[in-house]
Amino acid sequence: MSNKTLPAWIDIGVIPLINVCLAFIVSGFVILLIGENPIEAVQYIITGAFGYGEGVGYTLYYTTNFIFTGLAVSVAFHAGLFNIGGEGQAYIGGLGVGLMCMSLDSFMPWWALLPFAIAAGAAFGAAWAFIPAYLQAYRGSHIVITTIMFNFIASALMVYLLVNILIEPGNMAPQTRSIVESATLPSMQELFAALGMDIENSPLNISLFLALACCVLVWLLMWHTRLGYAIRMIGFNENAAVYSGINTKRVIVITMCISGGMSAMVGINEVMGAQERVLLDFVAGAGFTGIAVSLMGRNHPVGIVIASLLFGALYQGGAELSFEISTITRDLVVVIQGLVILFCGALSLMLKPTIEKLFVKLMSSNKPKENANV
Amino acid sequence: MKRQLLMLTAAVAIAQSAVAADLKPAVVFDMGGKFDKSFNQGVYEGVERFKKETGVKYREFEVTNPSQREQAIRKMAQRKANPVLAIGFAQATALEKVAKDFPDTKFSIIDAVVKLPNVQSIVFKEQEGSFLVGMLAAMKSETKAVSFVGGMDIPLIRRFNCGYAQGAKYAVKDVKVISNMTGSTPSAWNDPVKGGELARSQFDRGSDVVFAAAGGTGIGVYQAAKDAGKFAIGVDSNQNHIHPGTMLTSMVKAVDVAAFNTFNGVKEDSWKPGFNVLGLAEGGVDWAYDEHNKPLITAEMKAAVDQAKADIISGKIVVHDYMSDNKCPSL
Repeated sequence: MSNKTLPAWIDIGVIPLINVCLAFIVSGFVILLIGENPIEAVQYIITGAFGYGEGVGYTLYYTTNFIFTGLAVSVAFHAGLFNIGGEGQAYIGGLGVGLMCMSLDSFMPWWALLPFAIAAGAAFGAAWAFIPAYLQAYRGSHIVITTIMFNFIASALMVYLLVNILIEPGNMAPQTRSIVESATLPSMQELFAALGMDIENSPLNISLFLALACCVLVWLLMWHTRLGYAIRMIGFNENAAVYSGINTKRVIVITMCISGGMSAMVGINEVMGAQERVLLDFVAGAGFTGIAVSLMGRNHPVGIVIASLLFGALYQGGAELSFEISTITRDLVVVIQGLVILFCGALSLMLKPTIEKLFVKLMSSNKPKENANV
Repeated sequence: MKRQLLMLTAAVAIAQSAVAADLKPAVVFDMGGKFDKSFNQGVYEGVERFKKETGVKYREFEVTNPSQREQAIRKMAQRKANPVLAIGFAQATALEKVAKDFPDTKFSIIDAVVKLPNVQSIVFKEQEGSFLVGMLAAMKSETKAVSFVGGMDIPLIRRFNCGYAQGAKYAVKDVKVISNMTGSTPSAWNDPVKGGELARSQFDRGSDVVFAAAGGTGIGVYQAAKDAGKFAIGVDSNQNHIHPGTMLTSMVKAVDVAAFNTFNGVKEDSWKPGFNVLGLAEGGVDWAYDEHNKPLITAEMKAAVDQAKADIISGKIVVHDYMSDNKCPSL
C-alpha cells in the first residue's frame, strides 16, 4: 500500500528507529524532571544490556521469552485475531512442561525429555487457547475479552495448584520441587564450557535456539503453506476467505491453538531452563510484552527477533539502571518501556506522512529531470 | 530546623565515613515493592531509620520478575555490599545460590530459612500473634462470629488465618470463623475495594470482628468495619490509629526492627549467622495496646490475653503452625 511511495528500508528500518529515538528523548525529559542525568541513564541501559557477559546473557534470556510470545501474537494477528491471552497460555503451558519434566526427569536426560516437554507444554498452551478460540469461532464471543479473562483464570488455577497440590512439602514458597539437574536444559554457560569457553553466569539457556527455530517455522507456516495462506486470507478479508471456500471457523481455532502452543514455549525457557521448577508468576508479563513486540516487529519473524532484542535490552538495561541510580525506581523503568511501546506501537504511523513527504521532496530535488519527464 | 537536621545528618555521615568504608548495607525488596503498605514497607522503614540514625547509606533494588532475585542479590555481593538483606521467602532459593559463591559476605533473609554459615535467617511466628488477636476478636464478638480477610492465597497468609482461628476458638469454644482470601494474584495485596466488599459480606454472614492480613487491601476492610459499626484488626505495623474506636487492635510483626537490627548488628559487630525465630517471647510479634484502643479492651480481655501470651511463651499453649504440615486443625 504505502510501499508505493516509500522503499521498504525506510518503512521497516528508518521509521521504527526514529520512533525509538523519540521515545528515548521523551524518557530523557522524564529523567531530567526527577533530577538525574539522561545521558548517564542511557549509558547504564546500554552497558547494562550489552556491556558485559552477564548483562548480555540476561538480555538474550528475556529476548527468548519475547520471541515466543511475539510469534504467538503475530500468528493470531495474521488471522485478524488479537490474542491478549499469551500470559495465561504461557503460564498453563509452563505447567504442562513442569508436569512432564517432573514425571520423567528421573528416567531420562534433558535431550530425550525435551520433545516430550515441548509437546506437553504446547498441548497445555493450545488447550488454554482453544476455549476462547472455540467461543470466538462458533459462538461469537470476542476473543479479546475471553483471552483476557482466561489470563485471570490461569492465574487463579495456578495459585490453587501451587498452594494446595504441587507445593513441595516443607517449603514456604508456593513452588514445586526442582527438576532433577540432569533433566534441565543446559545453560549457555555449560554449553560454552563444553566448548572450552568461559562465559559469565546467567539464566540464558539453549531454548534461545528453540526460539530461533520457531521463527523459521512460523515463517514457513505463514508464507509457504496452505494453512498459512488461509490464515492470512482470513486476516485480510474474512468474507472473501469464506467465499473462496476456506473453513474460517476451523482455521481460527487452529490458528489460536498454534498461538497458544507458541506462547507455552516460554515454559520451556523458564520452567525447564531458568527456574528449574514451576513457581508463581514465572511468566512475569512476557505475554503482554509479546503484543508490543509483535506490533513493533510488524508481525514478521525477523522483525519480532529485532523487537524482542530491543525489549530484552530494555528489561535488562532497565534493571541495571534502577540498580545503579537509586532515584530511578523500577516504576520509572516501566515508564520508559511504556514510552517505547507508545511510540513504536500506538504511534508507529504518526510520522509516516511527514517522512513520506520529506522523502518525495528529497527524491524530486535529486532527480528533477526524470520527474519532469514523467 | 530542617536545614539544621540536614547539616547534622551530614556531620554524622562524615563522622561515620570510617565505618561506612567497610559497612555497605544493601537490601533487595521483593515483587511487592518497598511501598506495599505492608511487609516490604516495614523493611523499608527499618532501613530508612538506620540511614537516619547512622548516616550510612544503603543500596536497594526492587525485583520485578523471578529471575531478577538472584541477579540482584549477586550484584549486591559483587559490589562488595555487606550485609545483603533479602526480603521474603521467595528469595530463599536465589540467596542460597549466591551465598555459596560469596562466603565472606554476610547475608540476612527475612521470612525464610537458608542454612549456610554466612546467612542469618529471620522468621516470625505469625501464628502466635494471630492467636492473641483471635482471642480478642472472639471475646469482643457479640454475634459469636469473627472473620478473616487474607491477601493473596499463599501458605504464609494461611498461617495468619490458622493462628487467628485457633485463638478465637481457644477463647470462645463455639465461635464461628469465616475466612476469605482477596485473590490469587499479587494485586490482591492492593485491592481495598474488594477488601471492603469481602468484609461487608462477612458482616452479612454474622461476623462483627474482622482481621485483615492483606497489605494495602486491609485499608478497605477497616473502612468497611467503620462504616458498618463493626470492629477490625490491623496487621504488620500498629494500625490502631487509622480508625480509633473501630480498630480493636493490631497484630504487630516487627519487620522494621528486624531489618534495622540486621544492619545495626553488622555495624556494631554483633551480627551472627544462623536461625532467628522471632515469636512472642522474642518480641517479634505481638498485639498492639495503646491509647487508641484502650477503651475497647476490657480488663478481663486484657488479662486473658496476657495470660495466654505468658502460656505461649512458657510452652503451655502450643499454637499450630500451618506451614509445618499445610493443614489447619481449627478451620
